[in-house]
Amino acid sequence: MFSRAYRAAITVPPLLWVAVFLLVPYALLFCYSFWSVSPSQTIVHSWTLDNYRDLFRVNVYLETLFRSMWIAGRVMVFSLLLGYPLAYYLSFHAEARKDLFYQLVIIPLWVSYLVRAYAWKTILGSDGVLNTLLQYMHLTQHPLDFLLYSPFAVVLTLTHIYTPFAFLPIYASLEHIPRNLVEASHDLGASPYQTFWRVIFPLSIPGVLAGATFAFVLSLGDFLAPLLLGGPSGIMISNIVVSLFGAAYNWPLGAAISLSMLLLVLALIYLSESLEKKWSFR
Amino acid sequence: MATTTETRLSHSASSGAQPLLSIRAVAKSFGKNPVLRDISLQIAEGEFLTILGESGSGKTTLLRIIAGFENATSGEIWMEGERLDVLPPYRRRVNTVFQHYALFPHLTVEENVAYGLRVAKVPREEVADRVEQALSMVKMTAYAKSKPAKISGGQQQRVALARALVNRPRLLLLDEPLSALDANLRRQMQVELKSLQREVGISFVFVTHDQEEAMVMSDRIALLRRGELEQIASPREIYGQPATAYTAQFIGHTNLLLGEVKGSVVRCHSLDWPVMLPDGPVLFSLRPENLRIVNSAIGSAGVNVVRFRGHVCHQAFHGSTELLQVECADGLKIAIRTATRENWNGDLELEFSPEDAVAVRQSEERI
Repeated sequence: MFSRAYRAAITVPPLLWVAVFLLVPYALLFCYSFWSVSPSQTIVHSWTLDNYRDLFRVNVYLETLFRSMWIAGRVMVFSLLLGYPLAYYLSFHAEARKDLFYQLVIIPLWVSYLVRAYAWKTILGSDGVLNTLLQYMHLTQHPLDFLLYSPFAVVLTLTHIYTPFAFLPIYASLEHIPRNLVEASHDLGASPYQTFWRVIFPLSIPGVLAGATFAFVLSLGDFLAPLLLGGPSGIMISNIVVSLFGAAYNWPLGAAISLSMLLLVLALIYLSESLEKKWSFR
Repeated sequence: MATTTETRLSHSASSGAQPLLSIRAVAKSFGKNPVLRDISLQIAEGEFLTILGESGSGKTTLLRIIAGFENATSGEIWMEGERLDVLPPYRRRVNTVFQHYALFPHLTVEENVAYGLRVAKVPREEVADRVEQALSMVKMTAYAKSKPAKISGGQQQRVALARALVNRPRLLLLDEPLSALDANLRRQMQVELKSLQREVGISFVFVTHDQEEAMVMSDRIALLRRGELEQIASPREIYGQPATAYTAQFIGHTNLLLGEVKGSVVRCHSLDWPVMLPDGPVLFSLRPENLRIVNSAIGSAGVNVVRFRGHVCHQAFHGSTELLQVECADGLKIAIRTATRENWNGDLELEFSPEDAVAVRQSEERI
């Protein structure tokens, strides 16, 4: 139906884009992860599994990976705990104010990530808004120093940033629940509480899974929040990758860690998607 | 409480006994838009009542008020001496079969039916027994483990029915439950539903816009028009003795004749017949099947029939009957239904009995 030239014109650019910006970089990353660095700081182009062995042998990498997962896990839980009630309220009870509240949730996403992370720095710092306020009210004598440069600060900031990402899919799945199912449940004698746990929550599970995946995966790979607010105790795996590609000049090890993370994330997404399928019925 | 209106309205229900449900002067408006006005009606134990009306007549709103999904703006609903309209839907011994069934997609057929019993914390063994009974009653035992998405519309319909009836409600509400089915299945389900209702003896309130369905199934029909009760009576009565022109036209097919009564005789075009009505203009409903074609060779008209001549201008085949449009010399146009298979044309001699011309009220225009 369409001419060959036309078909070529619409298929070639995206394929080229994928090849140049995705396939080639991943292939390079893959190769690097099996190469090594000589003592004289040059890349040795011979295959070795040393990088992957180091990943499991050197404590700091595994420790940081587990800490990253622990931070991402907490961010996921808090985003769900904040995002779900918000989405539920908006979908079922906000009525006329629905659009307004929805916009209020979305608007922070328009503000640069960096600005929001810096904002927390101003709030949590030892001369920050929060400490000044606490001292002014004589609740503390000295500034609380656990607020900034700690995993706490990272979890707080990431939760703030990623809650909308957990909220959106949950909200979408709640909006998809036919309201006559809720009426049917009440009609059959179920109280609002029973209706929530027997009908609404089970039908929103695909949204919860998608939201949880977003919050966890995005937090796991985050490097700005730990850099700005994490301090030495709040370092995450991406900070290590960044330093390996930078000052430490060990691209092969950086590539190996990156690929391992990529595989971990892909496995998580696959798991979450198959669970979502199991919990959708249309 | 037994006002004259209510006595009149409920005369064909089992009189004497306390009604199961009594709707008293219920009105509903959405914002400034009135949807229901001053609805009062009673439903007897074991009765099959149909709320019939066009779309926008308020019939679904009335049902939703009984179920508790909407609050009436004014008026009360009582059920067996207890105020019903102040209870939340989950405290009412009323169950609903929804228009699109509203089966829970994440539960199997069996779990759907068990839902009401489970939330009521009925013991496990009893739940299993009653679910099994309910499923066998609607012939769905074979599909107990299926998810709703895997069964057909007619089957979902039955599951919805079982899910409601398993709770042994005092009253079952059905919101156009057959409208999504194709014509054949629909007729079959009408019969099944009616016999099921007789079997379980639960009162049914059935909402539909289909007058034929209403006539086949109901003990009584409540006809709603623009939020008001137009007439409530048994199907035979509502068909044979329509109170208003709207009822006569909505239920079945009719001829509306405007006549002038003067001294116990009505004159309509060139026809006249005796009536027992005060002087003034009167509207009559005359069903097409109450007009007979007479063989003019046979004698003259009897005293108690009205006879006239007309010219056939149109004939339509309706399967078991033929519908003829006849025009008289004086301009009167009238429809006749006949079971005789013939090609009718030319002039015909027609007659009807005066008692078949039912005086009806002109339905006033409402906004």
